[in-house]
Amino acid sequence: MNPQPKIEIAALRKQFGQLVVLKDINLTVEQGSVVALIGPSGSGKSTLLRCINLLVTPNGGSVRVGGDSFVFGTGAKLPGTRELARFRANTGMVFQHFNLFPHMTALGNVMEGPVTVRGKSKREARELALTLLAKVGLSDKVDEYPSRLSGGQKQRVAIARALAMEPDVMLFDEATSALDPELVGEVLSVMQKLASEGMTMVIVTHEIAFAREVADRVIFMRDGLVIEEGPARQVIDAPREAATQAFLSHFHRGGAATPPAETAL
Amino acid sequence: MYQWDFAFLWSYRWLFLNGLGVTVGFTVAIVALGLVVGLAGALAKLSSFAPLRWLSLAYVEVFRCTPVLVQLVWFYYALPILSGIEISAITASMLALSLYGGSFYAEIIRGGIVSIDPGQTEAGAALGMTPFQTMRRIILPQALKRMIPPLMNQSIIQFKNTSLVSVLAVPDLLYQGQIAAHDSYRPLEVYSAVAVAYFVLLFPLTIIVRQGEKKLSTSD
Ligand SMILES: Nc1ncnc2c1ncn2[C@@H]1O[C@H](COP(=O)(O)OP(=O)(O)O)[C@@H](O)[C@H]1O
Ligand SMILES: [Mg+2]
Repeated sequence: MNPQPKIEIAALRKQFGQLVVLKDINLTVEQGSVVALIGPSGSGKSTLLRCINLLVTPNGGSVRVGGDSFVFGTGAKLPGTRELARFRANTGMVFQHFNLFPHMTALGNVMEGPVTVRGKSKREARELALTLLAKVGLSDKVDEYPSRLSGGQKQRVAIARALAMEPDVMLFDEATSALDPELVGEVLSVMQKLASEGMTMVIVTHEIAFAREVADRVIFMRDGLVIEEGPARQVIDAPREAATQAFLSHFHRGGAATPPAETAL
Repeated sequence: MYQWDFAFLWSYRWLFLNGLGVTVGFTVAIVALGLVVGLAGALAKLSSFAPLRWLSLAYVEVFRCTPVLVQLVWFYYALPILSGIEISAITASMLALSLYGGSFYAEIIRGGIVSIDPGQTEAGAALGMTPFQTMRRIILPQALKRMIPPLMNQSIIQFKNTSLVSVLAVPDLLYQGQIAAHDSYRPLEVYSAVAVAYFVLLFPLTIIVRQGEKKLSTSD
């Protein structure tokens, strides 16, 4: 059998006040595989993703990434801020709205983690950052501030910034949803390259064609539940559940990314 | 008809210069101390630890809702009775004005911090920064830019408030003016000169602040 999965989530529960957003989620991600989370807006995809790096603290269940595991629920002791920080340093996250640091150049954004969190020297961090910016095709933009970059360029800087922590796992939350259509491709191709290099990735996406192409497994969520899960092509081409079929029917054949029910947040 | 005569002021020049030195020195000190207190107050108010939030709230409200002159007098005449420790007029003035300024700075700083997009905090956290690192490297540098004009405005008010220390016989510009006025029997010229001195120092500062505000409102 395979070695132990890279990510293992069991019986995960999350509620905001009275609103139960995740109900008993179970999920495993094998080392080096790509899992796509799809589903209608408000189904809990972002919350699930944020539970994987504990940006959101679950109310119950367990989360394990690599060798770090955490248990939540009554009686469980919540991890401290230092432990959380150390844990998060090993997972990279890319946000829908980039969340670049506007007071730093592209280079500064990418160097920030290695210098502040890893304690690398400026010189070492700079070299690493330049390599990563080259990798995402932005060698000519290293000294630009985010306000002078296009959306696609911003998101590629954000990916380089996450990679600079040399993470074991990358989490993408609708990385292309805020982009003009003509800029989506440049970001997807960087993600595809990462996947082909063997990065373990969990991506929330409305790019159904991309999920079908790049993901190993697809998980369809609705109302805080995993409704259907399986190999990417099987779930997308031949969904078994009626809810999955209904959701996928909003996308054109071939998977253009305009779900009418979706209001991008 | 009143006979104006400014020439005699020259003989009091060292007195005025001394007073001006005390006023400027006092301003620098209470602005610096007030900023430290204000930053602590703002962070306490944003803390997830409730008692810290209450403490900060109580501090800010008490100092914002009592007159600064009452605070000065209280620190000089009342605090020693309460604490049993004799304090000088300078210490009492420092304490009162720094804490008074700090209560306003705290609100400005807190407002600046919460005006930053929460996505910035998340991005810092996702990189593995501790909350302290995120605050220092990501939030404060951005918030500071927005805070500078209101902080400058408050500091200008602090500058003017230093004139209140003369009631405790701290030898600032106004107090020295009082001495000169009594000595020369020419309060009109003396106090006019004192007012002009404050104006000459403060007016350029207000222009700088206004330009800063304009630049900021066009930059984002
Ligand atoms: N911090 C929060 N506080 C309160 N409610 C939240 C919070 N984050 C998400 N929610 C709610 O949880 C539900 C799921 O949100 P989310 O995980 O963002 O869904 P998705 O990413 O699938 O669109 C939504 O109803 C949303 O309003
Ligand atoms: Mg979402």
